[in-house]
Amino acid sequence: MSSQGAGTQTAPHEPVFVGQTRARLEHLFTRYPTKQACLLPALWMVQEARGWISEPAIGEVADVLGLTPAYVKGVVTFYTMYHTHPVGRHFIQVCTTSPCNICGAEAVVQALLAESGCGELGATSSDGRFTVSEVECLGACGFATPIMVDDDFIESVTPDKVSGILERYP
Amino acid sequence: MGFPHPSHPKETVVLSQYFGDAEARGFDGWVARGGYEGLRKALSLTPEAIIDEVKASGLRGRGGAGFPTGLKWSFMPKGDGKPHYLVCNADESEPGTFKDREIMRWTPHALLEGCAIAAYAIGAERCYIYIRGEFTEPLKIMAGAVEEANAKGALGGNAFGSGKRIEMLIHRGAGAYICGEETAMMNSIEGKRGNPRIKPPFPAVAGLFGMPTTINNVETLAAVPHILVRGADWYKGLCRGNPKSTGTKLISICGHVQRPGNYEVTMGTPLKEILYDMAGGPPAGREFKAVIPGGSSVPIMTIAEAEDALFDYEGIVAKGSMLGSAGMIVMDDSTDMVYQIWRLAKFYAHESCAQCTQCREGTAWTTKILERILSGKGRQEDFELLLDLSENMTGKTICVLSDSCAAPVVSGIQKFRDEFEAYIQGSRQPALAAG
Repeated sequence: MSSQGAGTQTAPHEPVFVGQTRARLEHLFTRYPTKQACLLPALWMVQEARGWISEPAIGEVADVLGLTPAYVKGVVTFYTMYHTHPVGRHFIQVCTTSPCNICGAEAVVQALLAESGCGELGATSSDGRFTVSEVECLGACGFATPIMVDDDFIESVTPDKVSGILERYP
Repeated sequence: MGFPHPSHPKETVVLSQYFGDAEARGFDGWVARGGYEGLRKALSLTPEAIIDEVKASGLRGRGGAGFPTGLKWSFMPKGDGKPHYLVCNADESEPGTFKDREIMRWTPHALLEGCAIAAYAIGAERCYIYIRGEFTEPLKIMAGAVEEANAKGALGGNAFGSGKRIEMLIHRGAGAYICGEETAMMNSIEGKRGNPRIKPPFPAVAGLFGMPTTINNVETLAAVPHILVRGADWYKGLCRGNPKSTGTKLISICGHVQRPGNYEVTMGTPLKEILYDMAGGPPAGREFKAVIPGGSSVPIMTIAEAEDALFDYEGIVAKGSMLGSAGMIVMDDSTDMVYQIWRLAKFYAHESCAQCTQCREGTAWTTKILERILSGKGRQEDFELLLDLSENMTGKTICVLSDSCAAPVVSGIQKFRDEFEAYIQGSRQPALAAG
């Protein structure tokens, strides 16, 4: 059975690597001795443009770098920061590894899930605004609990600060 | 200095002197504070003379392994005609460690200067700075600093008019702890999954893109300009009687302390002074119970062991653990050790690249067995099972991720066995729902 069942309308893939983005990629080619080495940066460019990395986008990246889609997919799925499915308008990462855990990170997760309307980890709120993801060490252990909302790094988050933080992300 | 706290009189401030000083971030501000003198001096010396100076200083790798830096540089071939590479490891992801982040945020040019000196010393024209993907602010600051240093002629095709090409390229990671392992990092830069490589060949022989490569940690490289300017003897003198551990070390302290943050001390400082004087001791009404002194990958120390230890490579080993990255996780008497050891095991299970069976299966099963104990279904045999698993995870894999998972388990059972027993015997309420 096809994973794209009947009735699923999939918009055709608009190429990412055109115009300025293509020029940025071409510039990257001069910074590495192989095109393959541009894979991580190219995937970042796709995610910047589209918010996530779809199968057709994987195909496009493979094509521009001379790799196979299977190879690119293997790399995409290795790294946790690449999204292989659509996420909310604002993507929230919260650290719960031991140093933050002993300082109350799990309560921050609960507050984020409740206040964002996501309900559970990995789910997107019904208004499409947030997705909350529990992540391993964000490298700011002295400022427990650090969270990231999109590219913003926010330190020393406690459950009572959560609603104020979320308000900044309409 | 004790960023984000005021400097403590017992600190020795070298690398952290300008933490919090926004003017030090820019090229001109950095030069006004004596910046780039080390690089200028280096460019007037031969690579061999620089390597000798760094060797004489006693500088050892600050990322965790503690390998002598000058010696590492001397492994790079000479006159081989191949491109050489320097890789700066800014993937800081070891739980408990957050020092490289401050170096990049506050003194980006100190790092660039150190990279440039190292690149020249090992015959590399190109340095890749691999920054973890989550460090959005350091990424931005470092990218700006590279641009500025190029524009000022300090780096690029003709560094300070020396005729030497020193290019800095920033490579953003994408969320994988294992990429902090040097061979995994090289694979990641090459556009591959971050699987560690079998050694040999060592990176100095066949590293990034198959070429001779040296990988150094941010803090290691940031110390190099100081050694060039003030001399190896000065650096060597920054210790307390142990000539094998010299210089200053940034310590990240987190967990249950009054003043978490970064502190900079000379090697050999009593750990007790760090815990109580600098970090301010435990929260009110609490007592310390345990310390993981070198990032989560090293054995757990009881507070008695920690209070007795001198903070340097040998001093921590003498008390049963390792200095590692000096990311210090401090736990007070409110801590459920079994729960936290489980949380660490879960970290390693998540971060295993899954190449080696011992690691892929071992980290996952360790996590599951600890989960069973925490859910009140533990058995007496689980002690033996966990220790047997850990034995099979130690020294048997391509990299040390699986050893790192075993370290807190083995030391935890050894030192806090009564807490495991309490769950197994039912005298403690389950912390997790039965799965």
